[in-house]
Amino acid sequence: MALVIPKESYSGKIYEVQIGSGGKSVTIGGANALPFLSFEGVFPHKPAVALEIMDIAPTDWPETVQKAVSGASANPVSWAKFCQEQGADLVALRLLGTHPDQQNKSADEAARVAADVAAAIDVPLVILGSGQAEKDSQVLQAAAAATRGKNCAIGKAVEENYKTVAAAAMANDHKLIAMSQLDVNLAKQLNILLSQMGFAKEKIIMDPMSSALGYGLEYTYSVMERIRQAALLQNDPMMQTPIVCDIGLNVWKVKETIAPDAEMPEWGGLADRALAWEVISASGMLTAGADMLIMRHPGAAAKTKELIADLM
Amino acid sequence: MALSGVEIFKYLPKTNCKKCGHPTCLAFAMKLAAKQASLDACPDASADAKKVLGEAAAPPIRGIVIGAGDKAVKVGDEICLFRHEKKFFNPCALAVSIKASEAGDAAAKKIDAVKTSEIDRVGQKLRVDAICVTDDAGDAAKFASVVKQVVDGAPGVPVILNSKNPAAIEAGIAHCADKRPLIYAATAENAEAMAKIAKEKKASLAISANGLEALEALSDKVKAMGVDDLVLDPGARKAKDMVEQYTIIRRAAIKKNFKPLGFPIISFADRGDSLAEATAAAIGVMKYASIIVLNSIEKWKMLALLSLRQNIYTDPQVPMQVKQDIYKIGDAKESSPLMITTNFSLSYFIVRGEVENSKVPSWIAVMDNEGLSVLTAWAAGKFTASKIAQFITESGVEKNVTTKELIIPGYVAVLSGALEEKLPGWKITVGPREANQLPTFLKGKA
Ligand code: SF4
Repeated sequence: MALVIPKESYSGKIYEVQIGSGGKSVTIGGANALPFLSFEGVFPHKPAVALEIMDIAPTDWPETVQKAVSGASANPVSWAKFCQEQGADLVALRLLGTHPDQQNKSADEAARVAADVAAAIDVPLVILGSGQAEKDSQVLQAAAAATRGKNCAIGKAVEENYKTVAAAAMANDHKLIAMSQLDVNLAKQLNILLSQMGFAKEKIIMDPMSSALGYGLEYTYSVMERIRQAALLQNDPMMQTPIVCDIGLNVWKVKETIAPDAEMPEWGGLADRALAWEVISASGMLTAGADMLIMRHPGAAAKTKELIADLM
Repeated sequence: MALSGVEIFKYLPKTNCKKCGHPTCLAFAMKLAAKQASLDACPDASADAKKVLGEAAAPPIRGIVIGAGDKAVKVGDEICLFRHEKKFFNPCALAVSIKASEAGDAAAKKIDAVKTSEIDRVGQKLRVDAICVTDDAGDAAKFASVVKQVVDGAPGVPVILNSKNPAAIEAGIAHCADKRPLIYAATAENAEAMAKIAKEKKASLAISANGLEALEALSDKVKAMGVDDLVLDPGARKAKDMVEQYTIIRRAAIKKNFKPLGFPIISFADRGDSLAEATAAAIGVMKYASIIVLNSIEKWKMLALLSLRQNIYTDPQVPMQVKQDIYKIGDAKESSPLMITTNFSLSYFIVRGEVENSKVPSWIAVMDNEGLSVLTAWAAGKFTASKIAQFITESGVEKNVTTKELIIPGYVAVLSGALEEKLPGWKITVGPREANQLPTFLKGKA
């Protein structure tokens, strides 16, 4: 009995989404098989790794990651350049300073930062709001206009604000990140709603809501596996958008990335532990089908890129 | 793959002799298909029938036990490719390699690290599962001495004997013959000798070949020599090859019932740097490896890998539950806010994450609702005013929180009136519906 390699027959394909322009532009997606199974499909683009910066100093970030960017993080432009030097495929600017509970910065102020950062780097820019849906509507509108022509990815469009955020992306020729709450059907639903308002589904990147290792990673993992299966095996056009995982945000608030050595001796040293937490979380998302990761620690991002090379 | 009654019937004698206790061969076949009878009951069944039906009844991936006693680990016996289809059953074993050249102090250090590796994670005790003694010196006696050091130093911990030299295995297994070690590995060159040792000592045997075709041939060969408990190493070391080859093995076993590859997989996450090794091991954890051998087991690395394994092997149908308790977030004091949620782990993790985000020290009361989310638990009558009141009263939390104010999830705002009645002296405050509004809410209170 000789082994016949059991291959899946896929009918779908992930859309190819380009971000940025010129030599450093990044294209994600394009796969027509489940992650990394190159014996039965093609993977024209490797998963991309974005490093996160903010419009305010990262004083809220745990010490390990704060230290890793401390030389550059005082202002967003130097921080963005630093990320580019560190080998980031993209820079992701989170406009956290606009949050009403943070510095409640104005949309105009945020837009200026976005434009300055975009002008300072060659790699593509991802622009993220603070996560406050109402405020994000205004902030992302202004930031999208200020970076017109840069072909950024802006987000996150969520159920409460998708109309304005998508309109801003559409009007200024950007790609859109759409986030749903950890559910296969909600992810599909949001893509349908966006399509119905005339936003091209081929320009959407979906964020299924990521979670950190040890804190619900398995939910994101299975939701992503199911989305990918629907996209490729059932050829569902509303599931064929590439996937982004915003993992730094989730990883750098759990106890494993914060607790000092003395507090949890059985967990090992904090510096190694925290780095591993972001890298292993990333490995989970990659295995489940992530096309793009947003990470915080340059060392963790570099190690993740090594893993991606090992996987391709 | 299970056979139907009619398919089974084809293999029976068709004499309707009734010796099996059933009126006809077909009736007996139906019972067999329903797994309510055993083929042994038919004295006239042919050898062919026994072979075919026996194989069909066996699990697609054979379960293998390594080690003996309460630290023994069972691996394999899996039935699906994706955890959401059912679940992954037997968590992969994480093993550390101790090399013969590390005999003495270095080995003793690793043995000690294994013994002190246990951590408690969401109520489960997790630890390094096995030790792989690796023959890197080409010296059978030295190898055997390290095996002895391991068996004496870490009693009960399952052992993997790693050498391509049958003489070394023979010498090493003398120290753990009755402890069901795993021998790694039989290759095309040494298969006869290794199979003989495995059979004699009732050990399981890993087979190692370069590529799946060679592995299949070796599997058939070793099985024909009478070894049933096999473990597979197709030679993949690069992450890409691991994902591809392990996927093919798992698919062939589960979807095609392809017997030569219906065994657990052993993976070597051997990398120069420890974090790179952790990522390679992580790929193994997610992509079907059943035994993963590491060079080093620093505490941070094991914490990450064991947590990943726990995540991946959690039953998707049975939500992970957090222990009922009052959890202190940050430097919470008597005057800090107290909120309540259910013990569905995801609810708790999200609430906790947002509370941590807010930087407002707080108390989170987690109530046991069998792992249901707030709305589901409420709808099922498990998150009612009287049950919450009982939990709060019995928890004794009022000793820690003097404000006597309880914040309830916005989704169950309807409970607030009844709760105030059932918890005299308490103020019930309705919190936000979604956890992501908690930081704003908490900062408003602080
Ligand atoms: S004992 Fe065997 S041959 Fe006789 S009736 Fe039963 S199945 Fe048929």
